[in-house]
Amino acid sequence: MDSKLKRKLQYYFDLILVLTQKELKVRYKNSVLGYLWSVAHPLAFALVFFIAFKVVVKIQIEDYALFLIAGLFPWQWFANSVNASPMILLGNASIIKKVGFPRYFIILTQVIQDMIHFLLAIPVIILFLFLYHKTPYLSWLYGIPVLLTAQFFIIYGICLIVASTNLFFRDLERLTILSTMLLFYFTPVFFDEAMIPRQYQNFLYLNPLSLLIVNWRMLFLSGKINALYLLGSYSYAGFIFLIGYMVYRKLSWKFAEVL
Amino acid sequence: MINAAVVFDKVSKSYPMYHHITGGIKNLIFHLPQGIRSIKRTRYEVFHELSFEIKKGETFGIIGRNGVGKSTILGLIAGVLRQSQGTIVVNGRISPLLELGAGFHPDLSGRENIILNGVLMGLTREEIFKRVNDIIMFSGLDQFIDQPVRVYSSGMLTRLGFSVVAHLEPEILLIDEILAVGDIDFQKKCLERMAEFKKNNVTIIFVSHSMLNVERICDRVMWMESCTQKMIGSTNIVVKAYKEHE
Ligand SMILES: Nc1ncnc2c1ncn2[C@@H]1O[C@H](COP(=O)(O)OP(=O)(O)O)[C@@H](O)[C@H]1O
Ligand SMILES: [Mg+2]
Repeated sequence: MDSKLKRKLQYYFDLILVLTQKELKVRYKNSVLGYLWSVAHPLAFALVFFIAFKVVVKIQIEDYALFLIAGLFPWQWFANSVNASPMILLGNASIIKKVGFPRYFIILTQVIQDMIHFLLAIPVIILFLFLYHKTPYLSWLYGIPVLLTAQFFIIYGICLIVASTNLFFRDLERLTILSTMLLFYFTPVFFDEAMIPRQYQNFLYLNPLSLLIVNWRMLFLSGKINALYLLGSYSYAGFIFLIGYMVYRKLSWKFAEVL
Repeated sequence: MINAAVVFDKVSKSYPMYHHITGGIKNLIFHLPQGIRSIKRTRYEVFHELSFEIKKGETFGIIGRNGVGKSTILGLIAGVLRQSQGTIVVNGRISPLLELGAGFHPDLSGRENIILNGVLMGLTREEIFKRVNDIIMFSGLDQFIDQPVRVYSSGMLTRLGFSVVAHLEPEILLIDEILAVGDIDFQKKCLERMAEFKKNNVTIIFVSHSMLNVERICDRVMWMESCTQKMIGSTNIVVKAYKEHE
């Protein structure tokens, strides 16, 4: 029984590994380049926001470069996965139509791959900490897994919804890109949540990403986590993942028909 | 039942007409009432209450004109499609659907596709690595194996597809009109390999328009007509009737 379980775990590991390698190969031609992209992209954004808000607008936030990247990297994970999700099943049409394997593995792979890119970008955050004469915190050891799990289920749930429904409508890609871009400006990535006027502050809680980003930044910059925000993030994670799973369950058996 | 590889019990399959796909969500929202009605109403039934049984180790042919649902039956067996009504029982590990333009990712090389197909079929990487060289050898594509399959001809794709499936030890092999594009040499190789499978008690489900090949390897044949089966029985009887009818 034990060896059977071991083979099963090995199999799932191999399946995700092979699908990830494939995705990296198809998207970036090789995996080192893929990683460099995933770091360069948020850094380029950080540079633009730094110039726009620190140099031009003179925003009152200390260590603004550090502040920016501590929020941009986790945001990037969210945006990359969600923006890729409309095309992910279409891009794998040839195998979906031929083999009866669980289709959610394709979506799962996308989310895991962007998560790994995010984790691999943490050294860049550490580098910036040192530049600002700070050091990493021991609390990261539990803080990172805790936030990672919540964010994982939020992203996975959204990706399940978008990827599944896009097969039936085919024009969700633009809508998704537009939505993530709009959401970005309503998420405290380049501004501090304390800067939101008091009467609008409650809107912060309507955005599942806000709570997470605020916590990520606190964790990276001061080693702390807001427990209430964390609770909120997990409630969102459970809710969104449940919806995503139900949508997927309802639609997945039709994937091969409509591709 | 216990020595049946595949059982279809009163299986019906219909496809909706997905008009809205081409229209997109914008269109659906602007024409909501018609949109929903058109999704619900227009269904196309490929076959109705189809029942048959394929025994373990049998080579079973499915013949019939284009569009009668032969590929749909294979898709249902492979678990890629789902029936609208009825029960399907499948006992055994199934090969990927072998069709023209097999299940490969165009941007990956032949070798990478071998590994991808292997894990999708349920093998671990280690189990696949053991067989990779045999697969490449059998396909006769060793010069091209590290090139993306996008540049392969349809004959080459068929070679690679059959080679992969042939070496991943399926218990049920699904073959959909693939021999038509391979050259004579490779066709011969495939038929030899299938004979070997037959000896090893692998169930083979074989869709083909070549009555010659059907007669050569099938034990029993089902002749499909629109919406239902016309005839099912031993190969020579069904093929004879089919030839007379055509
Ligand atoms: N994904 C699909 N969506 C809608 N209709 C389909 C789909 N696949 C097949 N059909 C229809 O079902 C019928 C049977 O198709 P198929 O099983 O491919 O036939 P065959 O393999 O015998 O030529 C055809 O009329 C075809 O148009
Ligand atoms: Mg067909």
